[in-house]
Amino acid sequence: MARAPRKGKRSNAQVHVGFLRHAGYRWAWVGLALSIAAAVGYVLADVHPRPNGGSWYGYTLGTIGALLIVWLTALGIRKRVITKGDWSLKAWVSAHVYLGIALVAIATLHSGLQFGWNIHTLAYALMILVVLSGVYGIIAYAGLPKALSNNRRETTQKQMVETIRSLDRQLNDAAQPLNQRQAAAVRLSLEKSKVGGGFFRRLSTRPMDCGTRRALRKLKGLIRRASESERAAIGNVTALLDRKSAALLQLRKHLRIRTLLGAWLAIHVPASIALLMALTAHIVSVFIYW
Amino acid sequence: MEGVYRVAILGSGPAGLSAAARAARRGMSHVLLEKTDRLSDTIFRYQRGKHIMATPTQLVLRSDIGFEAGKRETILDRWNSETGGHKVNVAYRAEAASVAGSRGDFTITLTDGRVLKAETVVLAIGTQGNPNVMTVPGSDLKHIQYTLDDPTEYVDEHIVVVGGGDAGIENALGLIADQAQGNTVTLLNKSMDFARAKEANVKALTDAAAAGRITILAGSSPARVDPGFITIDTPEGQQSIRCDRIIARMGSAPPRKFVEAMGVAFTSADRDAFPRLSPTFETTAPGIYVIGALAGYPLIKHCMNQGYDVIEFITGNLGLKPADEPILEAKLAALPGGQSVAEWLEFLRTRIEILNGLSTLQMREFLLDSSVRVCAPDEVIFQRNSIGSSMFGIAAGSVKVEVNPKNRRETVPIGQGSIFGEVGLISGRRRGATIRAAEPCILLEMPRTASLRLMAQNKDARETVNRITTERQMLQIFGSGLTKEDIVEVLTSAELMQVKAEDAIINEGEEGYDIFIIRSGSMTIEKEIGGKTVFLNYVPAGSYVGEMALIDGGRRTATVRAAIRSEVVRLDGDLFRRLLARKPELEAKMREDMRSRKQINSYIEEQKDRFSGVVDLYSSVADFLVDQGIGEATDVLLIDETLCVGCDNCEKACADVHDGLSRLDREAGRTYANLHVPTSCRHCEHPYCMTDCPPNAIRRGADGEVFIDETCIGCGNCQRNCPYGVIRMDSPPPQKPGLLSWFLFGAGPGPGEPDLEWKTKAKKKHGEKPKVAIKCDMCAGIDGGPACVRACPTGAAIRVSPEDFLTVTRVRGES
Repeated sequence: MARAPRKGKRSNAQVHVGFLRHAGYRWAWVGLALSIAAAVGYVLADVHPRPNGGSWYGYTLGTIGALLIVWLTALGIRKRVITKGDWSLKAWVSAHVYLGIALVAIATLHSGLQFGWNIHTLAYALMILVVLSGVYGIIAYAGLPKALSNNRRETTQKQMVETIRSLDRQLNDAAQPLNQRQAAAVRLSLEKSKVGGGFFRRLSTRPMDCGTRRALRKLKGLIRRASESERAAIGNVTALLDRKSAALLQLRKHLRIRTLLGAWLAIHVPASIALLMALTAHIVSVFIYW
Repeated sequence: MEGVYRVAILGSGPAGLSAAARAARRGMSHVLLEKTDRLSDTIFRYQRGKHIMATPTQLVLRSDIGFEAGKRETILDRWNSETGGHKVNVAYRAEAASVAGSRGDFTITLTDGRVLKAETVVLAIGTQGNPNVMTVPGSDLKHIQYTLDDPTEYVDEHIVVVGGGDAGIENALGLIADQAQGNTVTLLNKSMDFARAKEANVKALTDAAAAGRITILAGSSPARVDPGFITIDTPEGQQSIRCDRIIARMGSAPPRKFVEAMGVAFTSADRDAFPRLSPTFETTAPGIYVIGALAGYPLIKHCMNQGYDVIEFITGNLGLKPADEPILEAKLAALPGGQSVAEWLEFLRTRIEILNGLSTLQMREFLLDSSVRVCAPDEVIFQRNSIGSSMFGIAAGSVKVEVNPKNRRETVPIGQGSIFGEVGLISGRRRGATIRAAEPCILLEMPRTASLRLMAQNKDARETVNRITTERQMLQIFGSGLTKEDIVEVLTSAELMQVKAEDAIINEGEEGYDIFIIRSGSMTIEKEIGGKTVFLNYVPAGSYVGEMALIDGGRRTATVRAAIRSEVVRLDGDLFRRLLARKPELEAKMREDMRSRKQINSYIEEQKDRFSGVVDLYSSVADFLVDQGIGEATDVLLIDETLCVGCDNCEKACADVHDGLSRLDREAGRTYANLHVPTSCRHCEHPYCMTDCPPNAIRRGADGEVFIDETCIGCGNCQRNCPYGVIRMDSPPPQKPGLLSWFLFGAGPGPGEPDLEWKTKAKKKHGEKPKVAIKCDMCAGIDGGPACVRACPTGAAIRVSPEDFLTVTRVRGES
């Protein structure tokens, strides 16, 4: 189709690929090449008496590894400082992922497989923890977004909360004709349908103590002894409670997926900070006790 | 009614009244003929309590009868008493059936058989005589009316007002003024904006629409009337609504036959043409004068001034200067040569093609809005990318367009008589090229609203602008070294067509090889494959279709359908083939264009055999995107929800580069097959937000971005007009502490838009800025481009323009 060419810089749809496949797996290849080069060097380097962090080759790998760690943590800054220029956070994340994985090879070779109960091994262990949490992050990022999208369909989190609130208002109105015991059951739903909370609560989508579920169970029992007019009212309330159940389930699923998408960062980020500190201690101690 | 009157004035509206008063003051023998039993019937029939405006404000009133803006009743009372005071000789219930004779000896026969004699005749009969009527099926039904006397008469009715002029808007507002009446009112406006109506009326209307008290259907017109409901053509397709009453206010045409019978010639054969007039308002029939709305002047002040003037002219005071003379003199003072205003007006009118059809009087008014410029050779008239929406006409000399921004020497001339800058009228884009004077020249700069009004009122002007636009668009689209001369022949066949949403301009399998240029809107291309309609491609404005059958011969290979209401130019296939034969470069270029389109076709065919699901997905995703307004978008943010982790870094980045307020809502918006269209500006080809911006603060930038500049007054019109809800009204929060102090000491709200609590506190401390309209500007001026896309960690956020949004659907289909 003919059209006057567009002026000015802009992104285009050809770059519509996720961070893992960015630029034809460029950083995966770089990471792989770095790992292989380190391994080949490890085999070829003639160090005595045995491969060790203190040998010339060990220092080389150590320097590369330390610089990598510092650069990898810089992603946190890159993400938050929106400067001008032709950079994309996607490219950074792509490099972060593959170079982070390559770091395992480099650090392991750097250690010369000498482990002990010391600050050096602590730094190594923290690094493995960071990488493993990161790998979980990749898995989460690869699979969960689709589930998040399918669950929320076109509603926003705010709308989900609004829906539940509006159902609560309707429940309040619909419960007016009920007697005290029946109303108490409805109140369970109004007051005890907690969403969110601690980590494990956020992971459960059908908590046993959910007020709405309890209210439904109770009303099922009470309906048998209810009068004709109360039955009709209970019918209305039950229909609303069913809808509220569904709305709660959607919101809880939403929160669960968001928790799973974010939880790993609760390990990844503090462990990275700890790693930076342990790394500093590791480097300082090595130089002091040279 | 004995003897011969010096002057007989037909019609007692503002023009006739003023003329009669002047004649009375001068002691001339006169008669004022009024067909009803009251003065100024048209104004009398305005709605009760209607506020009458006194525009144009810069015009000085010169009349023996007073007038200033106010209520209809106050004005009519004043006129009645002043007419009496001047002892005007009024003949009521005197409707002229014919006027015969010549100067000095006219015989006026009234409808009731009375006859009277006059030396001169002044026609001030207005145009209300015959309002334009509806012509759609069902137009003869009883519940259609063409006037509205008292809006309080109607209660609990579904009323449709047809017409976006002042009359229609005021009727509609009258019907909803008292909510207790319970009327449901819908206003149909043929065009997208209200160019013909007064600004204050438009504002009141949009406010009422925003408050949900009235429904406006822009770009819509009636298609069919049935008892109880009306069927309407809207840009989105046909729609039927309940309707108990239709009030059609679609303007009016001069009572032409009556006037022509007197031997008065009109400027053209058009329905909306006016009588040909001399500067003294005399028609081609000597002794017969025309003033007021019939002369092309619907505004009361103009009418009253003309009433005064015409009597002065008749008495022989030919040296009288019009009341607006000093204003025009000042405007024209810059021109060399010291000619009179009348001579300059004639000069401009005859020299500039689009003004040819205007009467001298219309020229005067047009010039009141416009300004003249005298340019020395090489003087810059406007710079590329500068802001400006006015159109220029070349009265003398010529200009040169710098077509290549890199090389100033590469220019294309535009000669005397032609116009330039017309693109600004259409979509409010920035200037596309720098234009300099090639030689000393005299230019007329016509503001956007004045030009649009000119085009709305004058068919010749409209056609000329359309022809020039088509010619330039053709040269731009086809390039290939084509010159104006090459395409003269093809252009003779150019036909501008309005296409309704979902109507086809080309049908698969039919004969034909005409070429279509899409002027505005957009088209989708579809093909029947295995009994199913499959979406092949999307064609935005500024492209052409139909080349396959033209070049390869054979029947049409696909159907081309309007995605939204569009305008296309049809070019004759035979003439185009002759052009191709003369210009092999053009054919080569078109073959190249065709190749890329065939690739998409063959991709679809190929996939169809292998796996029909892919094609279905491609087709349905494309349909969804068109539904989401991508048909009129120039650039839109999409989110691939198979990649989006919901971190909202896009929103945070947006807020951080734009005064702390995000211009997009990631989570809101429609989703289809995990492709999400967030609430964010689509930068429409014809932006709805631009339709009614009082300070004209919404413009289009160099990269096609629609942005709001700092002159925004915070009225909220754009927010109400945007069908996609992407504009927010908010006041920018104060500067927040830097990232480092947040990170280390917890100061401030951190990256992204501050929360409400922080904003409220900070605004108390630092003072609050006024609320303004805020929308995406595509990060114009920020190196690197849109921050939302750059800040997306997973690659979920992408920006696409219509040319490549299909790639998105294809990538998705494959993955």
